[in-house]
Amino acid sequence: MELTSTDRALVAAIQNGLPLTPRPYADIGQCIGLGEEEVISALRRMLDGGIIKRLGIVVRHHELGYRANAMVVWDLPDDGIDEIGRRFSGFDFVTLCYRRPRRPPRWPYNLFCMVHGRERPAVLAQVDRLAQSCGVTDAPREVLFSTRRFKQRGPVYAPGPAIEAVS
Amino acid sequence: MTDGTNGGTEPALDPVIDDRDRAIINGLQGGFPLTETPFAVVAEDLDLHEDEVIDRVAAMLNAGVITRFGPMYHAERMGGGLTLAAMKVPDVDFEAVAAIVNALPEVAHNYARDHDFNMWFVIATESAERIPEVIAEIEAATGLAVFDMPKIEEFYIGLRFEA
Repeated sequence: MELTSTDRALVAAIQNGLPLTPRPYADIGQCIGLGEEEVISALRRMLDGGIIKRLGIVVRHHELGYRANAMVVWDLPDDGIDEIGRRFSGFDFVTLCYRRPRRPPRWPYNLFCMVHGRERPAVLAQVDRLAQSCGVTDAPREVLFSTRRFKQRGPVYAPGPAIEAVS
Repeated sequence: MTDGTNGGTEPALDPVIDDRDRAIINGLQGGFPLTETPFAVVAEDLDLHEDEVIDRVAAMLNAGVITRFGPMYHAERMGGGLTLAAMKVPDVDFEAVAAIVNALPEVAHNYARDHDFNMWFVIATESAERIPEVIAEIEAATGLAVFDMPKIEEFYIGLRFEA
């Protein structure tokens, strides 16, 4: 979908988030000369069109007690990877699942999924469950736990979208 | 709360959240209503008062438990660029390289991971063409190779943490 100039003004107005007020859409509208209904319908259109993935919150998983943050990478056959990716993404402990290019010879992995848990052993057991669920226990894989977080935030640029974490 | 531009590790926070905060987090991760009084709708679902939901969301934003409240955009559909990049950084250079990478406004997330590929970060740019430029800038500034691993396909799930 194409963004209208109204959409762009709205995106810019809420790039740092929605107002924490009882009528947030009316308050945004007042800043950019739109009515409450116009703001709601423009946001609805951008949600339906996939420009906005969702409206809500981003939490810092670490602060919620999810101290074990693993990026699990797999070297899977290209012809079966879609089915496996879909199955992995159905597990509630998998928070993100992407197919990415291999970078041979040093990086043979083509499926990435994030598994967050409170403790490392639990995360490793969940990774085993994933492998067993798809019969890929023999496929090469590695579990990369994060050891430090340097940055976690949306990017800063105008008209500044915040994006979902992809790592 | 950090401004996200520091080169070092973010301060360890130890915020105290209670059951009502957890209920609000869990309720909001599924989405925020597009109605005239969305906080009132959320509050009713949780059997709380509208003002309390607003106050608690504000407090959790201030404490850094919630980092963002609002729309999550699909960067590529906005015309932007988005990729995951990895580097193999010698331990002795790690802090200096992290400072260089984190100083770039296009770097949205950066994690150290226990692997030969020990630095993993997200690059998000206003235009897709800018991605290779940012990668070239990092390679020039650090003298290290940056491995670009853009997504080919996303197997969709909501980003959701049970609080």
